[in-house]
Amino acid sequence: MITTEQNTRRISNQSDRQQQLDTLKNIVADTLVEAQQQGATASEAEISKSSGFSVSSRLGEVETIEHDRNQGLSVTVYIGQQKGNASTTDLSPKAIKETVSAACAIARYATKDPYSGLPDADQLAKQPPELDLCHPWLIEPQQAIEITLECENAALNVDPAISNSEGASLNTHSGVQVIGNSHGFIEGYWNSRHSLSCCVIAERDHAMQRDYWYSVARDQTNLENVQSIGKQAARRALRRLGSRSLSPRQCPVLFVPEVARSLIGHFSSAISGGNLYRKNTFLLDSLEQPVFPDFVHIHQQPHLPKGLGSAPFDAEGVLTQTRDIVSNGVVRSYLLSSYTARKLGMQTTGNAGGIFNLIVEPGQQNYDQLVNTMQTGFIVLELIGQGLNKITGDYSRGAAGLWVENGCIVHPVEEVTIAGNLKDMFQGISAIGNDVDNNSNIRTGSILIKNMTLAGN
Amino acid sequence: MHESSLLASAQQTILTPAEIQQSDIDRLMGELCTSAIDAADIYFQSMRYESWLLEDGIVKEGSFNIEQGAGVRAISGEKTGFAYTDELNVAALLEATRSARAIARSGQQQSLKVCTPVQVDSLYTTEDPLLSLPTEQKIAFLERLDKQTRALDPRIEQVMISLIAVHDTIIIARDDGLVRGDIRPLIRMNISVIIEQNGRRETGGHGGGARTDYSYLLEQDRAMSYAREALRQADIAMQAESAPAGNMTVVLGPGWPGILLHEAIGHGLEGDFNRKGTSAFSNRLGEKVASPLCTIVDDGTLKNRRGSLNIDDEGTPTESTVLIEQGILKGYMQDTMNARLMGMRPTGNGRRESYAHRPMPRMTNTYMLAGESDPDDIISSVKSGLYARNFGGGQVDITSGKFVFSANEAYLIENGKITRPVKGATLIGNGPDVLTRVSMVGNDLELDSGVGTCGKEGQSVPVGVGQPTLKIDGLTVGGTQV
Repeated sequence: MITTEQNTRRISNQSDRQQQLDTLKNIVADTLVEAQQQGATASEAEISKSSGFSVSSRLGEVETIEHDRNQGLSVTVYIGQQKGNASTTDLSPKAIKETVSAACAIARYATKDPYSGLPDADQLAKQPPELDLCHPWLIEPQQAIEITLECENAALNVDPAISNSEGASLNTHSGVQVIGNSHGFIEGYWNSRHSLSCCVIAERDHAMQRDYWYSVARDQTNLENVQSIGKQAARRALRRLGSRSLSPRQCPVLFVPEVARSLIGHFSSAISGGNLYRKNTFLLDSLEQPVFPDFVHIHQQPHLPKGLGSAPFDAEGVLTQTRDIVSNGVVRSYLLSSYTARKLGMQTTGNAGGIFNLIVEPGQQNYDQLVNTMQTGFIVLELIGQGLNKITGDYSRGAAGLWVENGCIVHPVEEVTIAGNLKDMFQGISAIGNDVDNNSNIRTGSILIKNMTLAGN
Repeated sequence: MHESSLLASAQQTILTPAEIQQSDIDRLMGELCTSAIDAADIYFQSMRYESWLLEDGIVKEGSFNIEQGAGVRAISGEKTGFAYTDELNVAALLEATRSARAIARSGQQQSLKVCTPVQVDSLYTTEDPLLSLPTEQKIAFLERLDKQTRALDPRIEQVMISLIAVHDTIIIARDDGLVRGDIRPLIRMNISVIIEQNGRRETGGHGGGARTDYSYLLEQDRAMSYAREALRQADIAMQAESAPAGNMTVVLGPGWPGILLHEAIGHGLEGDFNRKGTSAFSNRLGEKVASPLCTIVDDGTLKNRRGSLNIDDEGTPTESTVLIEQGILKGYMQDTMNARLMGMRPTGNGRRESYAHRPMPRMTNTYMLAGESDPDDIISSVKSGLYARNFGGGQVDITSGKFVFSANEAYLIENGKITRPVKGATLIGNGPDVLTRVSMVGNDLELDSGVGTCGKEGQSVPVGVGQPTLKIDGLTVGGTQV
């Protein structure tokens, strides 16, 4: 017997959600007042609260049930140009008083920073757009277990070579985020996130290969079919059986969407304000410069309904904006917070805390056509390790994938590295697929790069 | 400080302010054990954490956090029910208890057993490291370090220094009657520099830490030695040429390059993967998995080390576990659940990131014992190869056994001599056989400086690594020069 997670019930109701939001807004308001009373000249407070559960099953049996309930308050105070921050998981008035006091104590010791401070009042999301981000999944742990069992079972039945399993797991969480600052701004929004994943092991000739598949969505009705997630996990593990290494060579490399998005992630990190003002990037002074070939377009679309990376405002309460990041291969915008913008003598782009749905415009070809276009080369299915020098763009990572000759897959590959420099790799993109993967804040199809160095044994 | 007084201090810190009595814990345990469970525990935690960041010559940010709560776990066979609360009161704990125990079908009530405390001397101070230096001295220390670092080299464009202290107090209460406490200090400092020369920029970083207080960084010019090392690495990177691509003889330097052991064999020897049969090392106890020159241990009992603990997060005292002895696979690292299911003994490796996370088998300080070769003889024995002295991180696929670790300071070895520096490159190999190709082991065992953090299933814990200089006859180097 599995008990009900009361909290999921509690937030499933629209008016209850509004009521909780109002309560948290009041706590943020009280915190800002407290900060002012303790001598802060400006302040910002953020509360996040979430609850949910995760279950996992393995080899036909439930393995874990975990219930989560998180809450946290973070307070940033400014005393003139001096900044301090403190946080607590306890939202009682006494704890808030102590947290504000800790933040003020730090601010009194911090050095004056002429660039520190809140964003300008007119940039704040006074009327935040409604983005349809909260769809609690009204499900009991027992039903969730049934789903994971069905998912794993579908994987185990694909082929007798599926010999073992890491199991299937289901996560469902809903939460609320409230941000306020001493400009009189206090806004918040609810959001939810559900995921189902499966990981199985295929075995042949005493060699084991593991792979997984998953789906994640704000609304559970948008999750991929339960059995198809399991089957996909199994197919992915099976196609790695018989992997071998390759001798060193230069060749074209095709990144499938799940790994291609890491390349776009490296790009967005390289044009983010924190790395730019520290000069800790290989894309210094890249604004209005051609970083990609002219057919590459990358947009930020923060207001997509139910989008995984959608948000009405950034971590400072600044309205998020739809904008071109790259058009015709040229960098059109950096990704800045108010602080990094001031450091660079620019305006915030509403990217405090990161990116909000980065969309790489898809090309004409599907995956099979891209493989055919490549003719002979390496398809990367998985990358491991860090292997990136952010300041030079030098790139070297472990990889597993498929070797292709004359447009046909010849054999799976493991224990190789791929290396190059991201500047050359970006310029060397020869095609982007239309096989877009929507399971992420970065949406891209497969990316084909003309030439990289592959090393193996 | 002895076990009983550690527990008393921990109770004073966590339970007394929350007005939770031993009788409340007994009652919660009674509630947990009403189901047919094999084991259960409640983990109380109160953690104080501070961080300071210097950048652009000024102490720009400081942060202070308190985290406290309790995690409740019930285990039945291979099933785990887990719930936690960040409110420390009996009502919230009861709710978590009821959620956690739902994993097991109702059945016979377990009887509570009694466990006697053990006497262990604490491996570290119980004093709060956050209070070990007045705030103005922390600021002055950072500002002085920045100035002295910038004075080392006119090419320095940026200096970033972070300073972190943690004071972590925990109590574990188990269904077998065991109640233990621990008080765990941890400090860490990192410095990175960016240098610029003829339009080329390079970076270098170093740091260190231990389970002690801030005075550690002030002793023996330690902080400044980190700064000099960061600058040295940036300077080497500035001279580096393209790295080679392909399979070659690789000599790894002592200390931090021990992440080889952590990735190549450490994770694969954690009990959970071996119980499930998903590790490339499953069912291989007693087999030869390394050259006879290799003896590797996981040792959580080293005084003041970052990866050390008096007891693990399930209350089991840590120990020195022999993983590989003269090339033969001897043991796995176990938590209580996997040890019980495999009919083995827990080894004090049951760790968790916090009360909000489930324990699992994790490493502590993992290192290879010293061999007999002079490090210079190791280098001079190599006709052509790579000498890798410093690394970033690493990663492993425990099922296929493939692992990587990324060198960020490396040199070519030509005719027995270290010659030109080459750019960073990822090294890739196969865990179960890479150590069979170890042909020389140095007499220069070094442990890392105390900066390692290990991630597994989304949980981070501090760890240590170490090794002497090692020669591996054949490892793939992922450079760009074919």
